[in-house]
Order: sequence, then structure tokens, then C-alpha cells
Amino acid sequence: MKLKLRIWRQAGPNATGRMVDYDIDGVSEDMSFLEMLDLLNENLTEANQEPVAFDHDCREGICGMCGVVINGVAHGADKMRTTTCQLHMRSFEDGATIEIEPWQAGAFPVLKDLAVDRTAFDRIIQAGGFISSNTGSAPDAHATPAPKLEADVAFDNATCIGCGACVAACPNSSAMLFTSAKIQHLALLPQGQPERYSRVKSMVAQHDAEGFGNCTNIGECAAVCPKGIPLESISQLNKDLVKSLFMKDGK
Amino acid sequence: MTPADFYTEGVDLVDTKAPDVEISKMWETRKFQARLVNPANRRKLSVIIVGTGLAGGAAAATLGEAGYNVLNFCYQDSPRRAHSIAAQGGINAAKNYRNDGDSTYRLFYDTVKGGDYRARETNVYRLAEVSANIIDQCVAQGVPFAREYGGLLDTRSFGGVQVQRTFYARGQTGQQLLIGVYQQLERQVAAGTVKMHTRHEMVELIVVDGRARGIVTRNMVNGKVEAWTADAVVLATGGYGNVFFLSTNAMGCNVTATWRAHRKGAHFANPCYTQIHPTCIPVHGETQSKLTLMSESLRNDGRIWVPKRAEDCAKDPREIPEEDRDYYLERIYPSFGNLVPRDIASRQAKNMCDEGRGVGPAVRELDPDGNEKLVRRGVYLDFADAIERLGQSAVAGKYGNLFDMYQQITGENPYEVPMRIYPAVHYTMGGLWVDYDLQSSITGMYVCGEANFSDHGANRLGASALMQGLADGYFVLPNTINDYLADAPFEKLADDHPDVVEAVTSAKARIDKLLSIQGTRSVDSFHKELGHIMWEYCGMERTEAGLIKAIGLIRELKEEYWSNVRVTGVNEDFNQALERAGRVADFFELGELMCIDALHRRESCGGHFRAESQTQDGEALRHDDEFLYVGAWEWGGEGSKPILHREPLNYKAIELKQRSYK
Repeated sequence: MKLKLRIWRQAGPNATGRMVDYDIDGVSEDMSFLEMLDLLNENLTEANQEPVAFDHDCREGICGMCGVVINGVAHGADKMRTTTCQLHMRSFEDGATIEIEPWQAGAFPVLKDLAVDRTAFDRIIQAGGFISSNTGSAPDAHATPAPKLEADVAFDNATCIGCGACVAACPNSSAMLFTSAKIQHLALLPQGQPERYSRVKSMVAQHDAEGFGNCTNIGECAAVCPKGIPLESISQLNKDLVKSLFMKDGK
Repeated sequence: MTPADFYTEGVDLVDTKAPDVEISKMWETRKFQARLVNPANRRKLSVIIVGTGLAGGAAAATLGEAGYNVLNFCYQDSPRRAHSIAAQGGINAAKNYRNDGDSTYRLFYDTVKGGDYRARETNVYRLAEVSANIIDQCVAQGVPFAREYGGLLDTRSFGGVQVQRTFYARGQTGQQLLIGVYQQLERQVAAGTVKMHTRHEMVELIVVDGRARGIVTRNMVNGKVEAWTADAVVLATGGYGNVFFLSTNAMGCNVTATWRAHRKGAHFANPCYTQIHPTCIPVHGETQSKLTLMSESLRNDGRIWVPKRAEDCAKDPREIPEEDRDYYLERIYPSFGNLVPRDIASRQAKNMCDEGRGVGPAVRELDPDGNEKLVRRGVYLDFADAIERLGQSAVAGKYGNLFDMYQQITGENPYEVPMRIYPAVHYTMGGLWVDYDLQSSITGMYVCGEANFSDHGANRLGASALMQGLADGYFVLPNTINDYLADAPFEKLADDHPDVVEAVTSAKARIDKLLSIQGTRSVDSFHKELGHIMWEYCGMERTEAGLIKAIGLIRELKEEYWSNVRVTGVNEDFNQALERAGRVADFFELGELMCIDALHRRESCGGHFRAESQTQDGEALRHDDEFLYVGAWEWGGEGSKPILHREPLNYKAIELKQRSYK
């Protein structure tokens, strides 16, 4: 396959970026999208130009490190759920033009080219995305049974990989889908009950402090989420958030 | 040249930390003997931990909770991305919730036997002992393990054992356990006990007066090379499977942290012990960057075959009649058939393709002699019989997610066309040598998880990597490192201490050297060539002549690397080519040591088939009389031979046996 690529190049966090055109030949339809970028980078290295920076690691759709906007869609697939690394070139026509941009959100500053800083997500988790349980203090695992139906929904939410596609897709740059997935995961398990309402307050406060926008129920986030976290998780977050307003601090 | 020309003999090693008591009392005794640090003094002590996977993240969170000042580093943009996340199957624990006769001793026994009697039994017993605590710990953190309708945890049998001791979280147990670790870690970051440094890569170890006192890192965003000092150093940096270029490891997995430590005095044990997993999606072409594993459970219902005749290999498999198919595992191993252990299934798949009977696209291979050839690297894993027997919906119920993943990657529908699979490097059992306390041969440096060598011998059983990572991080290290930290206070190190300055200067010099070569070949092209050499000569099947040849080829390639590699850009930038260049430079040295280790170990053992050591019917033959030891290698110095130290393995609690699967 022959392709025309238009890629966002930005030398550093404070530099001005722009779209740059590249022609690439010899792309096989069995390549993953990132392998296509590898090939481009080998060509650029050959020509003594600087390769395109992009984040990636496991390349099997689970670590959440990769992610670019492809032809306007986060992770690039409109018909299936996928991460960028699991998108394959057979999804594109020979001769196509492909636009590749980084996640764009104020809270995700660009580091270089297609790589962005997502440490805001870590700080949202620091604000309460955990169950306080020190090593060694746990009771036997069967001491508290967890009803299967709720545990399964907790699991569905726990599958979030923290890639940030939800933020990139949202016109408000909201990270509510990410935040709600963690809140739902922990709120639906018996172990998560003691901190349930203080957690939702502090995580949402941190979400806002990071500069992510508010949710206006557009649903772009859930449409691109590679793990299928549903919009309903945000409704559940709001339900817990409203309840928490009637509780004292620390509850 | 003979094998002995490649190394020097050293003195035998012993582990002095395991108490001389009955094995079931050993860990309790050691915990009691180990000195403690009182809570007020812990605040004055600092520990560097490199890596945020199950082992490193768990250790950092736990030491933070205990009150130490922890500095935690990872190369990814978040600790949640460590490659523990990719584990699929599950985690073993001797809970005996099924009342099926499981026990600490049985888990211990299965793990030592699975490791083909090359693991240290004292460490393995302790692993089995703490396994039950891990499950309690994870459930308390909110890890959503699979449950039954009564709300209790579900378990399954895994890796050919007869009890159901494997806890799991759909096909993503590693992710769920790592997220559990990550949450505990971020909780400590919020509490201020752990300082997290993401996008920092360790490039050197700082050793002062024989003690590990710090590390040098490169900031991967702006290139800053800086020293960090502490009272102890813990490496939990995973395995080195990427020496083969293609593996199921993440792209960033590397050996640099442990290799830099090795060069500063840490012994590297059993480097040739790598695990090859039989059911991965085959290579599609030269631009392949990594391999994807599919759960081994597929072999329960799929039948593995290749065409009997090489000329049928390009045909549509559905048009090849039954009598022209060779179900080779069922033919060679009638009693175990398609369920033979990982090592045997892998080796036979390679043999079939080497014979020219592989299937799938013919991929151009540059053999290490420089000859180009086209080889089909794949065998069929056929579900047609299972679909006929059970119905498509039952097969989909069992394996649906795997079939979907296969179709997404290959574009083929496995319900209609047989899957193609091929073995791939998956895990490395070798690693830095540690004693019972997980302390390396450098005082004050500890090694946890896949980065150490201790628990899996020559072959790792399924669902035991997650168990070991969490055991080391949550329960073992936090109970042993205090015995060393009780020696505090240690001398305060100034930034201009000569050993600190030397470490920073040498790290910078290496980076400058890599950038200054300005040759003609990319880093990846060298890495791929090294990978070919390793796979061909130090992969599943090894011979003396092949290994000697490989060592020569690696040395030549390394020399070319240091004179002809092209690394674009500058250090003071986000420079991914430079990151890879440093890692590949260390892979050359590791690759050579792996070949030397494989060369000296003239036995077939665990995942490794040594052609000179086989039974009359071509099966692996172990030599307990000669090789019942851990081979721990000391760095001999630049251009000098490595030094072999043997730690004899004394099995007191378990009886030695040969494996047989015929």
C-alpha cells in the first residue's frame, strides 16, 4: 500500500506545531498502525531526519500507553473498539490520506509530536481512587462475599486502561468517563463502601482542578472507549456525587 | 575453541540467609531473626525502587506504608503501564478453597517440578507459603476477581496441574492485579511517602564502598542525566525477552537496569533460561514489531497440524484432505497429544517449519550467515472438530474473546479457517542472583520479580509469574530489607562524592558516544539482526557449534554497532531513538553471556533442548550429576571473560525426578 500521511509535528511543549506531509510506500495491510509509523520512522532515520515521537508500549491493547487521533477519531476506528496499536492497516484504502494528531486537551499538554503528558490521570487516582488497606492487614478473601452481578459491573468498569481517548474525543475535554469508571469499580464492591462518598467528592474535585471540562452527556467518550466503559457510569457517578453532598466531610 | 575457552571458573556460592531449620519453619524463623527498624527511624531512611510492576509497585507501596521514604522510578508515563499488565491467565494460590487436596507443599512441589529441578527450593517454598496472603490482600484492595453466584471467588485449573488453584479476572488478571498495586502506590504518593518519577530510565548504578547507594537516571522528556542517592536500592525491572527483538514483551522492556548492576558486581544467574510460549500469533512480515500471545487454553480443544507435503503449504487448508495432514503432536506424543508442555509444543512447531512444512505467509529471513530465504513460520491450530462436536456457540462461549482478537490482528475468521500459531519468547527465568532475602551480590541492592532468578528454575509454570511478583513485593522484601537497613545510619553522600560523579560521568559519556557515531544503520536494524542470531542459536534448540558461532556473530555485530549506528537528534530532548540505542547496546552484552551460559550447560532442561543431550527417542535429557546448580556469572571486566560461580542446589524437601510426556 501507498499512503499519504499528515502528521502533527511539535518540537517540544512550548514550540508551535504544524501538520507535515509524508509519503509512505510498502505498507502491508497486515501491519498494525504503529508498525506503519515504525516504517515511517525507519525511512526518516535513513534520510537523516528526526523520527516522529509517539507513545506506545505493550502493543496488545492493554497498557493504555498508545493513542493518537486518526482522521479525527481517537484510536481511529469508528466501527470497532480498539486501541491504536490494535488497529491494522487493512482498515485503510490503498492511496488514502491519513491525518494523525495527538490527544488534544488543555490538561494533556503535548510533550513532543504525538506524545502527551497524561499525569493528570495519576493525580485523579491519588485523590481517592483506591481502597485504604495496608499490606498485611487484609482479612481472608472469603470473609466478605461480593454479589456476582454487582462484581461483574465493577469489573466492566475496572477494565479502563487510562489511555485518555475519552478526553480526546470529548468536545469539553472532560475526563468524566475515566473518573467514573474508577468510582464505579470501587463503589460496587463491598470493600469500597467505607470511602465511597468521600472518594467521589475528592476525585471529582481533582478532576476539575486539573482543568478537564464538565460532562454534558454528548457521549463521544463512550463511542471511542476501547474497553467499552458505558456512559451510564457517569450517571452513577453523578448519583453518588449528589448523595455525597448531604454527607459531612470525611464521609 | 571449546566451551571452557569462553569463561573462567570462580568459587562456589552459598545462600547464607535461609535458616537451617525444617523448610516449613524457615520463613517464620527468618522473619524473627531479621533485625527491625523502629518506626521513628524509618522516616530517616530512603529506598530507591526501580520499576512499578507487580513487584516494584507492591514493594514501593508497602515500604511507603511502613514509613520509609521511597523514590520510585519507571520509564513509562504512568506506573500503571508496567508490563505485568499484559498477563492473561491467572494467579496461583494454595488456598484450597476447592477442598481438592491443595496445600502449600503441593504448590511448592508443582513449582519445583515444573521448573525441572533448577530452582532454589527454600525460595519456592516461601513463595507457596505467602501465596494465600496475596489473594486476601488483593481482594481487600478491590481487585475484581471472578466470582461465583454465591459471591465467593471462582478458581480454575491451569498449566496442567490437577488442582483448581488459579484465581483469575477474565482474561486480564495481570491488568487487574497491577491496577490494584497502582492504586495502593498512588495512595502512598498522595500520602507523601513515595516520590514517583515517571519517564525516567535508570542508566547506571551507584556503588560506594561495596554498597549500592543510588542510581543515575535519564529524564526521557528533557534528557537530564542525574544522580539519586538512598540507603538501599531495589531493582524490579522485569525480564529481558526483548533481546530476541520479537517477543511478547512490551516494546520498552529492557535489561539495562539489571545489566548496569551486573557490570558493577551483581551476579547474573542462569541467563540462558528463557521461556518460549507455543501459542502466539505468527510473524506477518519483516516489519513485525512484537508478538501477541493467545492463551494456552486454546490447546484444550484445537488440533495442531501441518501438511504432510511441503508443496501443500500454500494451499487453502480447508482443501487439504485429512489423509494429507500431519497432526504431529498427536502422532509423536499419543498420550498427551496437543497438551504436551510448552517447551515440547514449541520445539516441534519450529521443527516442522524448519522442515519446510510451515504454513501462512512466507516471510523473508536473513539467516545469520547473511543468506536470504523465505520461510513459512506457522502451524495450524484447527477448531473444525471442536465446532462439529460442541457447536459454534459453545466454542465461542469458551474462546470468543481470543477468536475476536485473532481476527482483529490477522483479518482471518478462525471459525472458518484454522488459526495459525507459532512460538514466541515470553518470559525469562534467569535474572540477577539473589539470596533468600532477595539481596543481590552487591550489598544493599535487592532484586524482585522477573528481574531475579530464584523461583522458576529452568521453566515457569502458568499463573506463577504474577504470584512471584506480588509475593516478592508485598511480603518478602518488606520483611527482609529491614535487616539491612538496621545497619543505618549510613554515610551521607554528597553530590560531588567521587563514586557519584563517576557514575554520572560514565552514563553521560555513553550517551555522547552513541550520538557521536553518526553511522548509516538504524538502531532497530541492529536489534533485529541480534534477535535473529539469538532466536536461531540460543532459542529453543541449541548446539555447541551453533552457540560458538553465535558468540562470534554477536561480537562482530556489536563492534559494527559501536562504529556504524545512527542515532538521530540530541540528548536534551524527547529522543526515542536514543532510548532504544542504550538498551540495544546492553542487549549485545547480555546476548553474549546468554550464549556462554547456554554453551556451558550441556544438558536439556526445562524450556531448553540441547541437541547433544537427548534420549534415544529424541527427548530432553537432564544431567543432574553435572548441572544441579545455579550458574551465577560475575562480570569479568570489559573485554575479559565472565566468571562462573556455581550455587549447588540441595533438594532436601523434594525428590529429584525426570519428566516424561510420552
